[in-house]
Amino acid sequence: MSERPLLNSTGHSTGVTEWEGTVQELQGLVSPRALTGETMLLNMGPQHPSTHGVLRLLLELDGETVVSCIPDVGYLHTGIEKSMESKTYEQAITMTDRMDYLNPMGNNLVYCLAIEKIAELDVPERAQIVRVLLAELTRINSHLVWLGTHCLDMGAMSVFLYAMREREMILDIFEMVSGQRMMSTYFRPGGLWRDVPAEFIPAVKAFMDYFPAKIEEYETLLVNNPLWIDRTQGIGVITPEDALAYGCTGPTLRGSGVNWDIRKAMPYMGYETYQFDVPLGEHGDVYDRFYIRMKELYQSVRIINQALARLEKAPAAFRSNNRKYVPPPRSELGRSMEAVIHHFKLWTEGFSLPEGEVYVSIESPRGELSCFLSSDGGNRPHRVHFRTPSYVHTMGAIPKMAKDGMLADLVGIIGSVDIVLGDCDR
Amino acid sequence: MGVAGKLGNLGVVTTTLEAAINWGRTKSMWPMLFGLACCAIEMMSTQASVYDLSRFGMELMRPSPRQSDLMIVAGRVTRKMAPVLRQLYDQMPDPKYVISMGDCASCGGIFNNYAIVQGVDEIVPVDVYVAGCPPRPEQLIHGIMTLHEKIKTQRIADWA
Ligand code: SF4
Repeated sequence: MSERPLLNSTGHSTGVTEWEGTVQELQGLVSPRALTGETMLLNMGPQHPSTHGVLRLLLELDGETVVSCIPDVGYLHTGIEKSMESKTYEQAITMTDRMDYLNPMGNNLVYCLAIEKIAELDVPERAQIVRVLLAELTRINSHLVWLGTHCLDMGAMSVFLYAMREREMILDIFEMVSGQRMMSTYFRPGGLWRDVPAEFIPAVKAFMDYFPAKIEEYETLLVNNPLWIDRTQGIGVITPEDALAYGCTGPTLRGSGVNWDIRKAMPYMGYETYQFDVPLGEHGDVYDRFYIRMKELYQSVRIINQALARLEKAPAAFRSNNRKYVPPPRSELGRSMEAVIHHFKLWTEGFSLPEGEVYVSIESPRGELSCFLSSDGGNRPHRVHFRTPSYVHTMGAIPKMAKDGMLADLVGIIGSVDIVLGDCDR
Repeated sequence: MGVAGKLGNLGVVTTTLEAAINWGRTKSMWPMLFGLACCAIEMMSTQASVYDLSRFGMELMRPSPRQSDLMIVAGRVTRKMAPVLRQLYDQMPDPKYVISMGDCASCGGIFNNYAIVQGVDEIVPVDVYVAGCPPRPEQLIHGIMTLHEKIKTQRIADWA
C-alpha cells in the first residue's frame, strides 16, 4: 500500500494523505475468484446517494449477484468518545447530540442515565414524563426521515416530501423547548435544562391530533402498493437465529419476529407504566422491517398521548434538588450564599462523579443504544463508550442480508436497516 | 406563434453578455447530492416541502459530480473523507462553486481533535461559509443567495 500526499489548490500539502490499495490486500476478505478476475470488485460509496451518508461498501459481484459485501466504515469518525474525555460531564452532553443526529434526545438520554446511575441521582416525575414524551417524538422524527429516504432510494419521491412536512412540525416543538431544531442538548443530569414552556402541551396535542391521519396516508401509499411489495417482500431476509447471532436489535431484530424491546425488557424512565405494544414481523425481509416501523409510529403516538395526560397533572419540579450535581435556580442566587457557591463550582469545574463503571441501554429508533461510562472520581469522564446499533448492523447484518442477493436490492436493504453513519462511526 | 406573437409588442431588452451568462448561472444551479453528517439532514429539509429549494431552480440534486455546479459541504470532513471530497471536487466541471455548510465544515466546529479537518477550505476553495450547528434551512438559503450575488459580479475577463 502506498501513500500519496494530498495537495490543496495552491499546491501545498494539506497534511492529509491518500491511500492507494491493490486487490492483493483484500485477500481473505473476498473470494479467491476475485483475485483471478472471475468476479468483479465494485466500489459503492462513500459518496453514493443511497448509502445514507458516507458508508463505503466493497462489493464482489458475479454478474448481478452479490458474492460478498465488505463494509468500510470510518469516513465520519469524529473522535467523539475521545473528545468527551477532555470535557466536563455537563459539557460532554453537547457531543452526544452529534453522534446519532436523527436521535439527539435519545443520545442525551442514555448519557444522562449513565451519569444518574453512577451518581445515584434522582429524576423528578415531571422530567421523566417529558423525557419519555420527547424521546418518542424523536423516534417519530427519526422514523419519518427513514421513511422519506428509504422511499427515495426505492424511487418513491412523494413520500419523502410528505414525511419531511410532518417532521418540520416536530422540529418546531423541539425548537420551542430547547431553542435548537436538531441539536437540542435538552436533557441534563438530574432532569431537564428548563421546564417546558406553556405552549408546549397545546402544540404537542395539536400535532397528535394531526399526525395519525398522516400515518394512514403513508400506509395508503405504500402498504398495498404492488410496486412497493415487489421490491421489498422476500428481499434481504435474515432468520431470527442469524439476527440474534449478528447482534441485531431494534426493528431489524423485531422484523424477524424476535420480541426484544429495551423499553419492555429493561424499562427505564418509567416505560413500564405506559401501555404500548411491540409490533413484530414474521419473515425478516425488507417489507416486514418497513411495516413494523410504520406500526411503531402508532405506538409512539399512544405513548405520547399517555405522557401528555400525565404531564398536565405532574408536580412542577423539573430537575433534582441535589445541589452537588444540579445548578440552583436563578432565584436562589440572590439570597443564599450556599447557592452561589454551588453555582460557581458547577460552572467553573463541573461536578465530579464517584469512582466506578456503569453500562445502561435504551431503545433508540434504530435499536439498542448503550453507554458505558467509567469514572476515576474526577470531573471528566475517564472513558465513555457508546454501543451504537448502526455500527453493529453495518458490520454484521448488511453483509449477511446482501450476500447472494441482487445488486439492485442492496439499496433497499441498506434503507431497511436504517443506519445513520454518525451513529456508526461517531 | 409563440407568446411574442400573441402579445405583439414585447420590445427589445438590451443587456451585456456577461450579465446574461451570470443570470443564467444563478437560475439553474445544480447542487451535488452529497451529505456528510448532521448538516446534511438540514440540507434535506431545505430541499423538501417547507423550504422548497426549487424556488431557486435547485431542486435537482445530482448524485454525480460530473453533472453538478455546486458542492454543498454539509457536515464534518474527516481525514479519511478528505481525499474523497477533493476528488469529487476535481471531477466537477467548471464553473464550480463550494458552500461550506455548518461550523464543522467551516472551521472544525466543536471537534478540535485528531479526526476532523479543521475547515474544508484546507482542501477545496470555498465561496460562501454558512455558520451554525446545524444552520437553519433559512441560513442555508441565505448562503445560496449570497453565492448568487457573488456570481452576478463575475467578469468574463477573469475566466481562466
Ligand atoms: S456543524 Fe454541527 S450539525 Fe453540522 S455537521 Fe458539524 S456537528 Fe453536525
